[in-house]
Amino acid sequence: MRHTISVLVENKFGVLARIAGLFSARGFNIDSLAVGRTEDPAVSRMTITSEGDDKTLEQIKKQLNKLIDVIKVVDFKSGEFLDRELMLIKVSVNAKNRNDALEAVESVGGRVVSALPGSVSVEITGDSNRINGLIELLRPFGIVEVVRTGRIALGTGEKGMKADGKPEVNE
Amino acid sequence: MKMSGAKILIECLKKENVEVIFGYPGGQVLPIFDQLYDAPIKFVLTRHEQAAAHAADGYARATGKVGVCLATSGPGATNLVTGIATAYMDSIPMVAITGQVKSFLIGNDAFQEADITGITRPITKHNYLVEDVKDLAKVMKEAFHIASTGRPGPVLVDIPSDIQMQETEFDYPEKVQIRGYKPTYNGHPGQIKRAAKAIGESKKPILYVGGGAMACDAADEVYKLATKNEIPVTMTLLGLGAFPMTHKLALGMLGMHGTAYANHAIMDSDLIIAVGARFDDRVTGKLDAFAPHASVVHIDIDPASVSKTVDVDIPIVGDAAIVLKQLNKMVKKPDTKEWLKAIDGWKKAYPMKYKDDDKLRPQYVVEQIYEATKGDAIICTEVGQNQMWAAQYFKFIKPRTIISSGGLGTMGYGFPAAIGAKLGKPGMPVFDVAGDGSIQMNIQELATAVIEKTPVKIVILNNSCLGMVRQWQELFYKKRYSYTKLCLDTPDFVKLAESYGAVGMRITKKKDVRKAIDKALKIKNTVIMDFRVEQEENVFPMVPAGEAINKMISGGLA
Repeated sequence: MRHTISVLVENKFGVLARIAGLFSARGFNIDSLAVGRTEDPAVSRMTITSEGDDKTLEQIKKQLNKLIDVIKVVDFKSGEFLDRELMLIKVSVNAKNRNDALEAVESVGGRVVSALPGSVSVEITGDSNRINGLIELLRPFGIVEVVRTGRIALGTGEKGMKADGKPEVNE
Repeated sequence: MKMSGAKILIECLKKENVEVIFGYPGGQVLPIFDQLYDAPIKFVLTRHEQAAAHAADGYARATGKVGVCLATSGPGATNLVTGIATAYMDSIPMVAITGQVKSFLIGNDAFQEADITGITRPITKHNYLVEDVKDLAKVMKEAFHIASTGRPGPVLVDIPSDIQMQETEFDYPEKVQIRGYKPTYNGHPGQIKRAAKAIGESKKPILYVGGGAMACDAADEVYKLATKNEIPVTMTLLGLGAFPMTHKLALGMLGMHGTAYANHAIMDSDLIIAVGARFDDRVTGKLDAFAPHASVVHIDIDPASVSKTVDVDIPIVGDAAIVLKQLNKMVKKPDTKEWLKAIDGWKKAYPMKYKDDDKLRPQYVVEQIYEATKGDAIICTEVGQNQMWAAQYFKFIKPRTIISSGGLGTMGYGFPAAIGAKLGKPGMPVFDVAGDGSIQMNIQELATAVIEKTPVKIVILNNSCLGMVRQWQELFYKKRYSYTKLCLDTPDFVKLAESYGAVGMRITKKKDVRKAIDKALKIKNTVIMDFRVEQEENVFPMVPAGEAINKMISGGLA
């Protein structure tokens, strides 16, 4: 099963290596990893997607929690979070199929960010389904380059949390 | 008052009541060594940094205090690695301090530069690279706190030499505030109640006690729980001493080379009460077949140890001494009469034994150390057959009397650890039960032991081979003894001892064993006893790798 884990960490030198090292040393696979600062510059938030059964996930969470620089670990179950990913994709086009390609991009809500005679570059945000959908739509044209950020996730309802790991409070 | 980073480091160590540092100097720790020159802290100069780490570890195991070691950058630091990993696997509190090249040179492949925080990341509980002298005091405070609390472990602090020289105000923090680190000490009351109920209702309970019981000094509470409720006790290698082996409820060690009765008992039990133990593969054998009828209560301070391998029914995360104290107030004594009778049957059917003839056998040597000391000694071990015989045939009575590399299985550990233990417990006789292979891995520490006047009694069970590997080759690799033969007379351990100013003895006959041990105990110097034991002697019982732990082979003895 695929899991989406959100980890609040001290924004310190070497923390990413600690987390990545933990995954590799314990034989857990990272499918994607996205890191950025939170509203508190001293705290970073990582979103990690990983494959594994429940026992593996439990062990991942416990091992993450053992790291001194980890403030909080939350794993999201479906329906408890919003997730987005950003992709930039470059496709080769010619005069004949250019419009077909642009139509395909538009049909899934992508946006052209650069258009050259031989290629177009497109950005798209969304969940994995949407992003994978665009890749499939554009594959026949000839994909030149794909760059993806990895999933970021925001908890909804009770799963929301601030940079200090405390639940969000509605005022 | 402003002081240098090096001076601040010494002040921090004083604040932490550090009595002794084990280490080795070098270019990037010169400012620290200059401070040590007239500091009121004992410094033990080992002959290899690896030994400094093991000695700090041995000191920590013997005393319960944090062991401290110190080395220079690059090779000095990498030489500590095996010692740090050993301490990490066995959850031993240690602070390792390393020098680093000057801050502005880091990343430039400078002379004697190594990314030691990177290298030790997976083998430390936490580590620090000090980037500003102003952080140093706080880092040291945190390092000692992290090393000694929760599930203990080694913490490394890497200090660039320019930071050792820079000056700032010294202000040692009173308290530690780390938001990501708050160990749980008090067990969940509801869970403790459930555990008490399960124990009261059990018919075949067994206590399974590991090194965690030592770390939090839970031996008294283990004793109460076991004796008041008539619950038999088995222990892991690191748990030995948590419950006296002389007691009728003691089953000795379990697992791959455990006693047959401990293995049969845990396999047949209906309730396992695990205390500070982690169900490692040497204990459980084939995991699917392990204790099929048992419910499991697991008391451990590390949540990640709970349900890691064996699924736990009643987890209690907390300090074992605190949890057991509460548990002891609640438990109603189960009726274990029938159970103890069954265990007695196993004890009679499968006693620990070896061939009792005129030959000089290693088990006999270990038994005689026990007889000579009546258990009032610290037994350090190397790794392999020597380690298992020490665990099987020495009756450990008190906590912190076995000092052995259990998790990592580090050859060369025992002797330097014994030096550390002797410094921590100068009043206790300290033995290193060694093989002729292991002892040569840190033999250079004879110099340290003699010069520092830490008289360790080294018992070499000399079978002129790497015995445990040889045993596996005999049993599972068609006796193809690939590179496990050593040479009986190279080195000559007696002459070797003498060359370092220690005392050497050679014992070739069974009848001379006790005399030699008694004599060694009277000598106020380090002694090497070279016992020429039977080469073909194997450690039994033995559970072949991957088998259930009641599928033991006994070498035709049982």
